[in-house]
Amino acid sequence: MILRAEHITKMFGGLVAVNDVSFEVEEGEIFGVIGPNGAGKTTLFNVISGVYFPEKGKLYFKDRDITRLPSFKRARLGIARTHQIVKPLNELTVLENVMVGACFGKTFANLKEAEKIAWEVLETVGLSDKADVLAGKLNVPQKKRLELARALASKPELILLDEVLAGLNPSEVSEMLKVIMKIKEQGITILMIEHLMHAIMKVSDRIMVLDYGSKIAEGTPEEVANNERVIEAYLGNPELALKLLKEGKA
Amino acid sequence: MEAWISAVLSGILLGLAYGLAAIGLNLIWGVMNVINLSHGAFIALGMFASYFIFKFAGISPFISVFLVLAVGVVLGMIAYFLALHRVILAPELSTLLATYSLSLIIIGLGTFFFTTNPRAIDVGLGSVKVFGAYIPKEKILVGIYSLIFTLLLYLFLYKTWTGKAIRAVSMNITAAKFMGVNTTFILSLAFGIGIALAMVAGALIASVFPFTILTGGVYELKSFVICVLGGLGSPLGALVGGLIMGLLENVLTLKIQVGYVPFLEFLILVIILLVKPTGIMGKE
Amino acid sequence: MKKGYSLFWLIPLLVAISAYPVVTRSVIARESVFLILMYVTLAASLNIILGYTGYVSFGHIVFYGIGGYTAFYLMYKFGVHLIPAMLAGGVASALVALAVGEAVLRLRGAIFAIATIGVNEAIKSLVTNLAFLGGATGLFFNFKIYRSYGGAAKAIWFAYYLMAAVTIVTVVVSYFIKNSKFGLGLFSIREDEDAAAVLGVDTKRFKSLAYAFSAFFPGLVGAIFFFKAGNIEPDDAFHLIKSIEMIFMVMLGGYGTVSGPVIGAVIYERLKGILLVNPLFKNLHMAIAGFVLLLIVLFAPGGIVGLLRERFKKLRGVLE
Repeated sequence: MILRAEHITKMFGGLVAVNDVSFEVEEGEIFGVIGPNGAGKTTLFNVISGVYFPEKGKLYFKDRDITRLPSFKRARLGIARTHQIVKPLNELTVLENVMVGACFGKTFANLKEAEKIAWEVLETVGLSDKADVLAGKLNVPQKKRLELARALASKPELILLDEVLAGLNPSEVSEMLKVIMKIKEQGITILMIEHLMHAIMKVSDRIMVLDYGSKIAEGTPEEVANNERVIEAYLGNPELALKLLKEGKA
Repeated sequence: MEAWISAVLSGILLGLAYGLAAIGLNLIWGVMNVINLSHGAFIALGMFASYFIFKFAGISPFISVFLVLAVGVVLGMIAYFLALHRVILAPELSTLLATYSLSLIIIGLGTFFFTTNPRAIDVGLGSVKVFGAYIPKEKILVGIYSLIFTLLLYLFLYKTWTGKAIRAVSMNITAAKFMGVNTTFILSLAFGIGIALAMVAGALIASVFPFTILTGGVYELKSFVICVLGGLGSPLGALVGGLIMGLLENVLTLKIQVGYVPFLEFLILVIILLVKPTGIMGKE
Repeated sequence: MKKGYSLFWLIPLLVAISAYPVVTRSVIARESVFLILMYVTLAASLNIILGYTGYVSFGHIVFYGIGGYTAFYLMYKFGVHLIPAMLAGGVASALVALAVGEAVLRLRGAIFAIATIGVNEAIKSLVTNLAFLGGATGLFFNFKIYRSYGGAAKAIWFAYYLMAAVTIVTVVVSYFIKNSKFGLGLFSIREDEDAAAVLGVDTKRFKSLAYAFSAFFPGLVGAIFFFKAGNIEPDDAFHLIKSIEMIFMVMLGGYGTVSGPVIGAVIYERLKGILLVNPLFKNLHMAIAGFVLLLIVLFAPGGIVGLLRERFKKLRGVLE
């Protein structure tokens, strides 16, 4: 088990964004997190990557308590992430962006090694022809790939993907899914948030469903898809939900 | 005892004027997210406007201040389009430097035309005796006028459509735009009003204290401290901050050396920024 | 970061500028080159926190003042030689930066800028009230102090050489910082501090270190300048206008680049020299500086180096 969350609660003022959520992620699996807008998915990611500390609960990475570890130390341990709202380092080149990941993440490479790693990773995500372009000049799908490349360059053991498929057209989605499977083959554990049901159903080994900050279900895609609470909570419209889920399994 | 009464009254009356200048800074800060480093220069411009009108037309600062207000709005709006509009969405460094350039230009030209010799407006209204302490009538008028202008601003911001539009822009510029607010006009107007308040405060203070073209800088720094003290985007907070500042300055000097007052002021500034950046009146 | 070649021309340029007064033995040239070197050092050090890290240190002159006062007091009271006094000044500035940075570097954007002005003004008013530092009138050297340097004339030349050395060291250090892993970390903070932290950059420590570096060199400069001047007073040591001049030079040359502050400082000193000589411009130089600054901010935020890099792509390796 690579990540264990115990009773995580995160509040903003009076609002409970994540409410007593516990789960475990096995090494090498793809663990999906789904839920309606505002269910607390991104907040949960922020807690795992150390942007916020939870009010209650414990977080363990490979049995080490990381609940109150600052984010940069988590990156060093091998937790990397992408952002739903992309955060490119605009005035640095694409190559330099990726080098930051290699220099300061788990790899902790020196500049020379980092450059080599960065080229390899850019090759993997298909951005090598843009290496010398300023990151701010990329379009959104390219920026999403850059987010992924930066995270990968740190040679993480666990990678958090926050809606990497959102805003992509169908062919870009299937390309990105290939990249995700490639990452999995490298033995990296993936925790992903996704809105596109059919995509996440297809690639995830297990799925957790959040609603209003609480966990309402967990299991294989099949199990989750047939869970009535999920269907209700997620779409409020059981018929439409069934239709979408069938589509997902097909 | 008289000394104390006089200090407290002076503190309150001047504090209201400091508050007025700070409200201008606060408005610009809150609505445009710009820290106006030309505030002091415009305070000094207000002082000179008042001075020249008094000197050449013999009109009392307490009458000409309304003209200064109107001129200030126009000047401020022009300044917005010349120096700020292009960089309003750029990082802070740009707007800080843009407003600082304005300040350099105004003070540079001011030094060239007016020199840095000290000047004073002597309205000569005499003083009144309050609880045994003599307070110049000008100081009392400064306090009253500052309070009136603050109230007027409050009414404008909360009771008129344009005022509400300004507040809407300060809360969420994109949403305000979608709701049909002409954000460019509102931004320039907010800057104009902020500048006008600075000039009005300058015009009022000039009737009490002597000044040079460089004096504005002192009041600008005071305005920063007051803004931080009172909290961002809160006109009431700026007023309270101004009162605290005025009292601190006038009452503390009875007990400690005058020279330490600025040190304490800036110490307060830095400490509040660190401990509660939203200000003592600000919301979390 | 891609290694550039800017040092190959920057160092010879600085050496040539510094050598000019030595060769011609011209005192007038020496005074103006001294100012150029001083500006280059101040601008290049400010650039580390402002240009590389993205923190607008508006009151940066405070470190020049602290270094100046520390060194001046050591020389004045204990007769310490300029070199150790200068190093003590630099270290004092860096230490204050670490301490103050611990607090103010938590602030971001414009609030940080205001806080640094506050720090400068607070320290200035404090020094103004400290009797052992001479209060508002400051401290004056007894001319005997220059004796151990072989007289006042030689002491001034000594200060000049020292300034040239400090300038070259500062530019070299700023180059190596930019082209190091540390520099890459700083740039990532400048672009997006939260993203940098998630990528593993120890943002707090990096910012503190950058602040300390950018404070150390102005501390040295303050020490040399006030040694040469023979007196120090709060209004000179903590003059906010000088802070603005530093920012001006960085912006004019191109912030975040190695050569930008050097180019900006040289041009600024020359411009100021020309403007101050002309009786009409002499009184208008502030307004003109403001106008130029406004033009840069509005139309060429990358400064001269930014413009050149855009225009001549081939020059990019040389102009970094």
